Amino acid sequence: MDINPFVIFLAAIFTGNILLTYFLGMCSYLSVSKEIESSAGLGMAVFFVLTLTSAINYLVYHYLLVPMDLVYLQYIVFIIVIAAFVQLTEIVIERFSPVLYYSLGIFLPLITVNCAILGVSLFLIIRQYSFIQSVAYGAGSGIGWLVAILALAGIRNRLKEKYLPRGMNNAAISLIITGIMALAFIGFSGVAIIQ
Amino acid sequence: MKKSEIFLNGALKDNSIWRQVLGICSALAVTNLMINSLVMGLGVIFTLALSSFTISLLRDYTPRRVRMMVQTLIIASYVIIVDIFLKGFFPEISRALGPYVGLIITNCIIMGRAEAFAQKNNPFDSLIDGVAAGTGYTLVLLLIAFFRELLGFGSLFGFQILGDWWVSWSIMVMAPSAFFLLGLLIWFINYRYYTKAS
Repeated sequence: MDINPFVIFLAAIFTGNILLTYFLGMCSYLSVSKEIESSAGLGMAVFFVLTLTSAINYLVYHYLLVPMDLVYLQYIVFIIVIAAFVQLTEIVIERFSPVLYYSLGIFLPLITVNCAILGVSLFLIIRQYSFIQSVAYGAGSGIGWLVAILALAGIRNRLKEKYLPRGMNNAAISLIITGIMALAFIGFSGVAIIQ
Repeated sequence: MKKSEIFLNGALKDNSIWRQVLGICSALAVTNLMINSLVMGLGVIFTLALSSFTISLLRDYTPRRVRMMVQTLIIASYVIIVDIFLKGFFPEISRALGPYVGLIITNCIIMGRAEAFAQKNNPFDSLIDGVAAGTGYTLVLLLIAFFRELLGFGSLFGFQILGDWWVSWSIMVMAPSAFFLLGLLIWFINYRYYTKAS
């Protein structure tokens, strides 16, 4: 696997968006996207946690689980790493930057159960990325998720006062908007990256 | 509550996908083929039923502060069993499902049922509730997969149903169609059963 990390980074944002092509992190995506501010907050938190947990999980998998022949425990180990990391981040942010804590802090517990985080860790093992590639993939996926939730929040904001057909509730309209967004993002797969 | 009532509530009335919009990550990802959806559904039923049972069994001994962590570990153990089973007996399906088997751990349905039902009810009722919620989930998966496979490949469970004249809709195999179909399904169910004509 010898792909330029920058290409992986861009691909994770546009052509292989973690949310729009792999459907990961849908629960919080649908429930938080009512307001732009909270979407931005959650998106930033996901980006931060995703970048660092993909680095940690890469190291844990290749330097701990593989040598000890405990690969089948990867799900449990990854989930513990993610939960511990989120908890630690919460404590550090609360201690050093109360302002940041008030804007990000409430979203941090939500992130442990966000499947995008575990999903990225599993994808980078399956695709056999190197360390740099893994970090690039994690960061790109985080930004991709942020872009997707901000776009949906912006669109939903405009729909607030509009008339919707009977029975078309928040979830249904959000899914259909997301479908159109996914369709638009497929367009990026035609863009060639010149190396 | 009667046992049959628990089952019907869990599977249809409070169906996690169309009522609570939970656990749709995998509902969207694996529905391009019927067989993948069926295997995924069975995996979720197994995990959901047994983890609800275990969580309910241990509910008096779990300190409240760490209960999320305990629940996650219980769920993860059952998912590992499913994963090893699939790798051993159905390696091809296991490869096709990829990371989505592992992602059953973070499937909000399981946490949701643990918090909403297993935490307060006895183990046997929780087991029934788990099977019911899993069955409801599998039904939705199969419904979406039915349309995606039929229109996208012209087949069902791999058997060619529509003849050579059928031009496959390649959009049905790609990601956006999953969003559209689930959105339309939720709209239809809401329109038909949960709103009154004004």
